[in-house]
Amino acid sequence: MSKIGVFVCHCGENISATVDCAKVAETAGTYDGVAFSVDYKYMCSDPGQNIIKNAIKEKGLTGVVVASCSPRMHEPTFRKACAEAGLNPFMCEMANLREHCSWVHEKNEATTEKAIDLVRILVEKVKYNHSLNEIKVPVTKTALVIGGGIAGIQASLDIANTGHKVILIERDPSIGGHMSQLSETFPTLDCSQCILTPRMVEVAQHPNITLYTYAELESLEGFIGNFKAKIRRKSKSIDEKLCTGCGQCTTKCPVKKIPSEFNEGLGKRTAIYVPFPQAVPNKPVIDRGNCTYYIKGKCKVCEIVCPTGAIRFDQEDQIMEVEVGAIVVATGFTVKQPDFFPEYGYGKYADVITGLQFERLASASGPTLGEIRRPSDGKIPEKIVFLACAGSRDPAKGIPYCSKICCMYIAKHAMLYQHKVHGGKSYVFYMDIRAGGKQYEEFVRRAIEDDGVNYIRGRVSKIYEKNGKLIVSGADTLLNAMPVEIEADMVVLATAGVANEGAEELAQKMHISYDPYKFFAEAHPKLKPVETNTAGIFLAGACQAPRDIPESVAMASGAAVKVAGLFSQDELTREPIIAVVNRQAPPVYSSCVGCFLCVSACPYQAIEKEEIKNRNGEVIKLVAKVNPGLCQGCGTCVAFCRTKSIDIQGYTHEQMYTEVMALLNEY
Amino acid sequence: MTLGFYPGCSLKGSSREYAESVLAVAKAFDINMEEINDWNCCGATAAHNMNKELSLALPARILSLAEKQGLTEIVVPCAACYSRLTVTKYELSKDAALKTVVTEANGLEYTGLVSILNIIQMLDKYITPNLEGRVVKPFDHKVACYYGCLLVRPHEILKFDREEDPQSMDVLMLKAGATPIDWAFKTECCGAGLSVSRTSSVGRLSGKIIGDAKDRGAEAVIVACPMCQSNLDMRRDAINSYLGEKVDIPVLYITQAIGLALGLDRKALGLQRHFVKVSV
Ligand SMILES: Cc1cc2nc3c(=O)[nH]c(=O)nc-3n(C[C@H](O)[C@H](O)[C@H](O)COP(=O)(O)OP(=O)(O)OC[C@H]3O[C@@H](n4cnc5c(N)ncnc54)[C@H](O)[C@@H]3O)c2cc1C
Ligand code: SF4
Ligand code: SF4
Repeated sequence: MSKIGVFVCHCGENISATVDCAKVAETAGTYDGVAFSVDYKYMCSDPGQNIIKNAIKEKGLTGVVVASCSPRMHEPTFRKACAEAGLNPFMCEMANLREHCSWVHEKNEATTEKAIDLVRILVEKVKYNHSLNEIKVPVTKTALVIGGGIAGIQASLDIANTGHKVILIERDPSIGGHMSQLSETFPTLDCSQCILTPRMVEVAQHPNITLYTYAELESLEGFIGNFKAKIRRKSKSIDEKLCTGCGQCTTKCPVKKIPSEFNEGLGKRTAIYVPFPQAVPNKPVIDRGNCTYYIKGKCKVCEIVCPTGAIRFDQEDQIMEVEVGAIVVATGFTVKQPDFFPEYGYGKYADVITGLQFERLASASGPTLGEIRRPSDGKIPEKIVFLACAGSRDPAKGIPYCSKICCMYIAKHAMLYQHKVHGGKSYVFYMDIRAGGKQYEEFVRRAIEDDGVNYIRGRVSKIYEKNGKLIVSGADTLLNAMPVEIEADMVVLATAGVANEGAEELAQKMHISYDPYKFFAEAHPKLKPVETNTAGIFLAGACQAPRDIPESVAMASGAAVKVAGLFSQDELTREPIIAVVNRQAPPVYSSCVGCFLCVSACPYQAIEKEEIKNRNGEVIKLVAKVNPGLCQGCGTCVAFCRTKSIDIQGYTHEQMYTEVMALLNEY
Repeated sequence: MTLGFYPGCSLKGSSREYAESVLAVAKAFDINMEEINDWNCCGATAAHNMNKELSLALPARILSLAEKQGLTEIVVPCAACYSRLTVTKYELSKDAALKTVVTEANGLEYTGLVSILNIIQMLDKYITPNLEGRVVKPFDHKVACYYGCLLVRPHEILKFDREEDPQSMDVLMLKAGATPIDWAFKTECCGAGLSVSRTSSVGRLSGKIIGDAKDRGAEAVIVACPMCQSNLDMRRDAINSYLGEKVDIPVLYITQAIGLALGLDRKALGLQRHFVKVSV
């Protein structure tokens, strides 16, 4: 006979405000097999856990139902408490009275009735629970970091400095990400390259870091501690071992007019190129789409001039397989381009540029060597307008969120403009100034008060060209929506920060979730900001939402600590929530008939064929067998099995059936 | 072939030439435009500022009458009427309770199955595909196609053309032999209903439109809305005093311009009714 304890939590007022917790506990106490029931304000607190532990010991409980929040929140807490009191942790079940009941319903009888139902089905279920033992798996103590922006760089260095190996893959020919494109950085106005490039070099030289640039994730299999990643190393068309980075090829390449990605199209590069002089690694790649040899079969100038014979026209992409125990995703973000904005000319005005382009103009390493000159004719703009929230906070554009970094970089841009163009006039159209952060508000005030930037609160409805000027027409909402028109020489759009193209596919490859805007989703918005819902995969930087550098770095260090924590163990324990194919006494051996539909259904290739032999070693039956190391407990095979021979431990057919019958009151 | 026709108030009064040119072009392609019997005002801008149900009941009555008459597709040349009818159809399709209120108020059955075409859609569907060999006098002028506020907005409901930089009229005019210019005031407000109450505001708002068209070398402004046409044409004195110069670019309905390209009689197209002389 079961002896079950029911522990009803108020969750402060989260549950008790709409559910009569005392009544739930009292009703549960009347069920067959329930030996103890109680309600308490915070079950997860120390005294709360002690109530559970004491009841287990004193009443000799054989099963526990905690009726509180989501198991995603506290299942580990309560299972641990049970284990500490000597009960197998898998004899503990949780009824989710908070997310599934109190938060979504109003206070009334029916809400309490529903809570009682939720408890009842788990009381019935737990009667069919069995003791289960955790599965031990080894940990591969190498981390894969995807994306070499500041977040990926920080995460790699932090992990490498704990003594563990790191493989860093970067899609572009150089690491550095967006930060390498920035001129100065808010709120201190220190030079971005000066603080970034030493770190880039450190990555390249760190004995624990293996860097692959021009590389992307091809596929990912496995699970926490034991991932297998295939990496595509795109062909650079050079032999990196031979190349000395002398730069002969890039000076002699005749194809010189390709818009440079690093300079956001404001400068040009050659077909064989190093994205910027401080690139790491400082070795070129051939952009095959633009190289005359690959297009027309003739040229090979680079091969002729290369003193070490490093050019390899026939090099192919390489697929490399690596084993890693943890992954940090740090693939960053991108910004909307002006062609997204019909009202601002669909990108047809050369002098309507993005904030990133302005960074390149203001940067000493940029196409104008740091002078603010407009792209159309190279003139220094006497009047410049900055537009905040270009696309952001605009549900009509499908981007209802705030991009968070632009208020700050606009203030920086306007300030840099005022410092560089004496007597110039700058205007900022904004909705609100969002400058929350240490030293941030002060920074914006400096732009307004010390540098005389004109802030106008209002939106711009359109920009058009007239007599060589850009007419910016908007409204000043602090002056009763008075129409304002500014004849500007240049306009900078703080275009919305959005997820990278291909973010969705990457997330699907790794089985991690993403939000409606394709930013990768953290496991908990407050308490698990760097974890994903897939164990062993962590997030850092702007791939999770638009973030500035301090936040990206903090996240990266956070993710690195999680990885180091994981690597501090030699073995990991995994929940035994996996599939098993039943085995019975001869002559049946198993109800499995060997159709192996499950083999093709399993997304993790976890099901094998097992030969059942008689004493003479003759095969008498071929049945399915689940490899516990590979099974993720997704349950797909259970749905496919036509003889109901597979069960997920902890969620057996019997348990599920009992739950349903409990609801129907027919137990 | 027969299409339903909802002229609305303007096309019976101040914009008779719009109706004339629509009918003339339709006739040239053997399209019979069957007017909806006993039609009423769509409510225009007044009704939806005062009473939501009324503002839906008026257009719904028109659609019900069209159904009753067995029309499946109706042409609504006025941009404001087109907007009201389309918005009504949209709102009633989404809200069954509202639909009941409106049907009961009208005492007429309403299924919402009539499709509504604005003039651009009508031309695009029935005229331009058959244009080959019919353009006898290409409208060989630089034209500024002016869409105004209502033809393309709100986009979620009308789902017609690009809302910030529409192109459909430009494409039609290109087929009629014109050279549409790229200009900045395609969808700016002309001042609309302020025509009578605040003529000077109309002078300013419409003045910017005419001014930009002139600066970019347009020889004619092409419109598809009676309100836009009358503001840009009839209020030319106010516009000119805002601009401080005399601008005499004519403002033609798209059906008039296409009618000219087809070689139709100028009088049949009502060109003599304009305030600014149509010299093109
Ligand atoms: C105009 C502008 C000005 C800014 N100014 C400031 C400032 O002054 N101060 C400040 O604190 N912040 C500023 N920021 C914000 C700053 O750029 C970001 O905080 C920072 O770049 C985020 O770093 P990250 O590493 O997360 O992403 P990123 O910099 O975007 O780096 C991501 C990296 O991952 C790589 N990658 C992407 N996809 C893949 C893939 N599938 N596989 C492999 N690699 C991949 C990319 O090539 C890139 O190298 C500014 C941003 C903008 C747009
Ligand atoms: S072969 Fe290609 S990369 Fe080399 S020099 Fe010629 S164009 Fe440039
Ligand atoms: S940070 Fe400022 S400019 Fe950027 S979206 Fe938010 S409010 Fe707009």
